[in-house]
Amino acid sequence: MRLNITHRTRYQFDTPKRSLTQSLRLWPTDFDGQTVESWSVDIEGHDVARGAALRDGAGDWIETVAMRNVSDVTIAVSGTVETRDLTGFVRGLREKVSPIAYLRPSPMTRLNDPLRELSAKAVEGLKNPLDRAHALARAVTEAIPYRSGKTVADTTAAEALELGEGVCQDQAHALIAIARAADVPGRYVSGYLHASSDGRMHEASHAWAELWVDDIGWVGFDAANACCPDDKYVRLASGIDSVNAAPIRGMALGGGTEHLDVNVKVLQAGQQQQQQTQR
Amino acid sequence: MPDRYFNEMYHDGAVRPPYEGLEAWARDMPADLRGMKQSEAEKLFRRIGITFAVYGEGGSPDRLIPFDMFPRVFSSAEWGKLERGIKQRARALNAFLSDMYNRGEMVRAGRIPAHLVYQNDAFEMAVTGFTPPGGVFSHIVGIDLIRTGPDTFYVLEDNCRTPSGVSYMLENREIMMRMFPHLFQQNRIAPVESYPALLKRTLASVAPKKCEGDPRVVILTPGHFNSAYYEHSFLADMMGIELVEGQDLFVEGDFVWMRTTEGPKRVDVIYRRLDDAFIDPLCFRPDSMLGVPGLMNVYRSGGVSIASAPGAGVADDKAIYTYVPDMVRFYLGEEPILQNVPTWQCAKADDCKYVLENLAELVVKEVHGSGGYGMLVGPKSTKSEIELFAAKIRENPSNYIAQPTLSLSTCPTFVEEGVAPRHVDLRPYCLVGQEVNLVPGGLTRVALNEGSLVVNSSQGGGVKDTWVIAGSH
Repeated sequence: MRLNITHRTRYQFDTPKRSLTQSLRLWPTDFDGQTVESWSVDIEGHDVARGAALRDGAGDWIETVAMRNVSDVTIAVSGTVETRDLTGFVRGLREKVSPIAYLRPSPMTRLNDPLRELSAKAVEGLKNPLDRAHALARAVTEAIPYRSGKTVADTTAAEALELGEGVCQDQAHALIAIARAADVPGRYVSGYLHASSDGRMHEASHAWAELWVDDIGWVGFDAANACCPDDKYVRLASGIDSVNAAPIRGMALGGGTEHLDVNVKVLQAGQQQQQQTQR
Repeated sequence: MPDRYFNEMYHDGAVRPPYEGLEAWARDMPADLRGMKQSEAEKLFRRIGITFAVYGEGGSPDRLIPFDMFPRVFSSAEWGKLERGIKQRARALNAFLSDMYNRGEMVRAGRIPAHLVYQNDAFEMAVTGFTPPGGVFSHIVGIDLIRTGPDTFYVLEDNCRTPSGVSYMLENREIMMRMFPHLFQQNRIAPVESYPALLKRTLASVAPKKCEGDPRVVILTPGHFNSAYYEHSFLADMMGIELVEGQDLFVEGDFVWMRTTEGPKRVDVIYRRLDDAFIDPLCFRPDSMLGVPGLMNVYRSGGVSIASAPGAGVADDKAIYTYVPDMVRFYLGEEPILQNVPTWQCAKADDCKYVLENLAELVVKEVHGSGGYGMLVGPKSTKSEIELFAAKIRENPSNYIAQPTLSLSTCPTFVEEGVAPRHVDLRPYCLVGQEVNLVPGGLTRVALNEGSLVVNSSQGGGVKDTWVIAGSH
């Protein structure tokens, strides 16, 4: 599938920020499931110093931007990616991090007893690693059905399970947490999703989890949509949790309140458009 | 004092050669002069403001650590062996770090368990695949040593992050030279004053390739409320470099810049005295206000060097310690010159058998325990306590390790009644850059309470000047 993506993030400050420094992970990396045909990241509306670019050990391209006296700036991403359905398998990604490094807890995926119980119940009696991974993802889909509103950006996996509902971020965190409880490395993936015409709930700006399956490698699981990522998914960045894998991490100094406007569109080349706006 | 402790000055009824120059000095010093000198030393320490705690010891930052005037002395032959052993260990630790953040050959070879490294809290995923200039991760390696006999030294632990206490080494010497100048005329004491210059040279030697001209080196401190702030400002002064806080630095383009009254100046090497978690809110703890946003991206793209490298702490972890001698063999192809404290892992059947048979002589600890909880000190336990503990070990062997009770050597120390032996340890500071350097000396800590084996300043420990006598055997 050929997907055209536009992703605009606009920051407005009621009084200018003295400085704004951001670390961007806004470049999808090629692997067997996706080939980037064209891609650009532009900073609009303000002078910017860009630099300190690198590819990290997990295979993500990272760049740093620094601005001064900012009151209105937009990070404009657009590009085209050719995707292939690998039924979730993350093949051909060049990365150097040992999978077991992902067994470390993070503040967002810290375990508690209910998460441990959910994990133990899900994999009970299962030996095959891939079966276990599927069972863990299914358990999250059932325990934390998709519903937005109750959870917020810093809701933890344990809190989402207690609330019994959440958005893709919460489901990904919960899956990483219960996978770890079963000794299965898991990581957070941020990316894009093209809505199909089946009328089900989707987010154009999306997140899911990848679990390490012995003898196979990393496999994606989208507990929000009860499936494995296919050719409707574009993989952007990964990390130990949503903070670590955030496409934009920033620190602003001085100045007033921030107003954030995010607009993501994922269109199949030559087809009708899907739009999502978050405020 | 029972014979089981090695007295560094008096051995077999004679004064050991390195201490010969001190015997008459101590014997002939009148008690009132001693008291005067002691209070003079304290005044000097107070005036320069050196009152901070040594790394990882906690305690009040405003408390003065007691200074004992009786020096701790090594012959140059003794020091020569220590120096070779320390440098060897520092090289092996760096080789290990370089390997763990790249191919992980020692893990692949099955010589160290993967989980000990990659699931370690100190392992920084963000550094994976990156090799800093010269492949050096730990630029200042503090190796804590104890001595148990004329030729027997053991490594207690390694400090690969930002070991502190070196300002004591320098100040102790400074004060001894001021108070007893004649001792330095009579004895050929190797100088340690070159340490700051050597540290600066070491840091400059790992400047990134992109650096143009003379590297600009700075010390990054968390601020004046930090217990080691004195040392940060002392070292900056001695090296003639800037002492900065996070807010004095910023990232722009490919580099890190320092704000100055003459405009921004590019920074090439940052000697940070700040834990990994706080150095960059865009990579580590997002709420840290002590670091520099974007620093890790500049670091990883080769625009600045950081000493020690983020993630260096994985080499000095308690669980990794056991494997350091094997690092020497694996990476350097050499036999380790310095030994670890022998450690029996009850998880291994042979070790467990030995431990159970020798409980009365051993110290047994829980693998993940701390603070003395769940510990058995064999020589100080009753028969029934030992039997109870043996049952616990049999129940869950892999939860326990055992070590011999350590007989730390003693060094003469001034006490109320005159001079008496007190237990000591040693922390030398090895510098690793394009070359590996060690000044002849270190920080000697002394347990001031009679019979105490605890040298920590929070528990009655003090410090001593440490001498290496040039050209002696």
